[in-house]
Amino acid sequence: MSEKLLQVKNLSVRVEEKEILHGINLEIGKGETHVLMGPNGAGKSTLGYALMGNPGYQVTGGQILFDGNDLNEVSVSDRAKAGLFLSFQNPLEVPGITLSNFIRSALEQRTGERIRLWDFRKELEAKMEILQMDKSYAKRDLNVGFSGGEKKKAEILQLLMMKPQLAILDETDSGLDVDAVRTVSRGVEEYQKDKDGSLLIITHSTRILESLHVDVTHVLANGRIVAEGDGSLVDEINENGFERFEQG
Amino acid sequence: MKEKTWVEDVNRSIYDIKNEEKDVYRLQAGLTPEIVSQISDEKHDPDWMREFRQKSLEIYNEIPVPDWGPSIEGLNMDKIATYVRTNTNMKANWDDVPEDIKKTFDLLGIPQAERESLAGVGAQYDSELVYHNVKAEVAAQGVVYTDMESALTGEYADMVKSHFMKLVPPRDHKFAALHGAVWSGGSFVYVPPGVKVDIPLQSYFRLNAPGAGQFEHTLIIVDEGADLHFIEGCSAPKYNVANLHAGCVELFVGKNARLRYSTIENWSKNMYNLNTKRARVEAGGKIEWVSGSFGSHVSYLYPMSVLAGDGARAEFTGVTFAGKGQNLDTGAKMVHLAPNTSSYMNTRSISKGGGISTFRSSVTVMPKAKHSKSSVSCQSLMLDRISRSDTVPAMDIRTSDADIGHEAKIGRISDDAVFYLMSRGIPEDEARALIVSGFADNVSKELPVEYAVEMNNLIRLEMKGSIG
Repeated sequence: MSEKLLQVKNLSVRVEEKEILHGINLEIGKGETHVLMGPNGAGKSTLGYALMGNPGYQVTGGQILFDGNDLNEVSVSDRAKAGLFLSFQNPLEVPGITLSNFIRSALEQRTGERIRLWDFRKELEAKMEILQMDKSYAKRDLNVGFSGGEKKKAEILQLLMMKPQLAILDETDSGLDVDAVRTVSRGVEEYQKDKDGSLLIITHSTRILESLHVDVTHVLANGRIVAEGDGSLVDEINENGFERFEQG
Repeated sequence: MKEKTWVEDVNRSIYDIKNEEKDVYRLQAGLTPEIVSQISDEKHDPDWMREFRQKSLEIYNEIPVPDWGPSIEGLNMDKIATYVRTNTNMKANWDDVPEDIKKTFDLLGIPQAERESLAGVGAQYDSELVYHNVKAEVAAQGVVYTDMESALTGEYADMVKSHFMKLVPPRDHKFAALHGAVWSGGSFVYVPPGVKVDIPLQSYFRLNAPGAGQFEHTLIIVDEGADLHFIEGCSAPKYNVANLHAGCVELFVGKNARLRYSTIENWSKNMYNLNTKRARVEAGGKIEWVSGSFGSHVSYLYPMSVLAGDGARAEFTGVTFAGKGQNLDTGAKMVHLAPNTSSYMNTRSISKGGGISTFRSSVTVMPKAKHSKSSVSCQSLMLDRISRSDTVPAMDIRTSDADIGHEAKIGRISDDAVFYLMSRGIPEDEARALIVSGFADNVSKELPVEYAVEMNNLIRLEMKGSIG
């Protein structure tokens, strides 16, 4: 049994006045890849935001432990420094800072050390090549005017550069064409290999999972985990959909 | 009503450096014909300037203080020493500049900027230029770049006389009249026909003595078909006495010429900044204003572009940051006199900690200015619920044959954007500063990189302590 990296214990989360998640239990070990599936509105993204600490998502019960530490009082940026990463479903456009400068300053914030420009650039360009991103994107303002596909690639680029211990990918495959999904999943594979990174892949389709090894599948419906299984559960859902989970 | 002058707020220590005051020429504080005449003596004014100053003083005494805009009650002219200069003469060599002055400029980054081959440096210290250097290649092109005092009696004396305060006459308003009476220091630039100056000319000036006003005059003439970028940066140390800045900038852009005039103003938080800037553009010419207004207690600043010739163009790109205790009333004015003229304003204003930012745009299109175009876009960002942002558009369109557009947006920082940046490990205050810098990127993108960096540093300084 691998060491537990993330432990979610009986977690309930409220957004504004409405409770969305009701007592979630979830454990992810080091190096494991988990998939969180479920129909629209099940609360999948809510779990991602709550793990990352979005102040709009209020934890009303339970605990999130990361590397054995309770995250309840930990700020979003300190969670990132501890090794959590969230790839956004809709990455925001931030004018005034280039993608490259942003990644570099985020890395420097995490480590507290200056990063040599030359080494940084070399690594960045290598990762961009894996993702088939044109180099010119590095010099463009963060996500500004990027297409949907380029925004998702830019998220995975940040993932590869920041090398977190646990990456949560929120619907990274949504809105992408077949080629782009393949490119993005190649990037995710790279992350799995590179640092024995753990993954929580939130998705309602299965396309991104085709080429990835999956350890555990969780099915979320109406704010509760309703089924768990190994990678084969993905195939079953692929065939039969979520119907049987939504009734119970 | 009593006003309060805030001077604490953020740590501005790297911008607010005071040197020991050692000026020997500090004149009596009030304003009389004798004092004005004394200024003329000190400066060896030609006769016409002597008369000009006295006439301006008369006008100053006639015109009332403006009764619109932010209050300037905290300003007591009787207390303000109008003329201060350090006991250093003009220097052409950096090594000869006195050590404490040099230290200040070092901290403000002047020598670095020069090393990066900016064309010329005329840095004003108090009221007198102490350091002035124009690179050989620019002078060889026939470009004249000198201090205003030298220009008054030099080779271009007639040109100065025929342009000085013609665009901004002393009658314009009380502080223009004051300027006419007591102006001191500033830059004169003349670019001959057809000359393209590739590298920006820059001057850097600041106020040093407590209670001293600064009244520098900038006169730039870009002749037919010529091209120039001029950069003026200002920063002043912090004092507890009301301080006044009433400078004047006059820009003449010839036929098919282009002038870009960039300024980052960073006044200390007790400054009354009542500055007047104006440009006149002939046929086919273009004026480009790039303006960052930071600091000061109260500002009145509305650069005007007079589009006098067929096809003349003006662009104004600006950002204003009003923090705690600041009331910044800024804007731009466009006057279309001739056909086929066009003007464009793109401004951003930021208010924080109860600061007030008012943006006034004024577009006037005269009957002869057929087929003219004007477009105004202003966006405001309020960083909290106690700050204020107002937009006051004015349009006077006297021909039916013009294309006029106006757009205004007011918003707050998006929580989602803050969360996004924080999720990458960037602390909340940094994340907010990043977003605000991004909001001001209309200006930073137009500035040379070292100025853009300084502006972003300023924004970061202003943003410190904005949480809680």
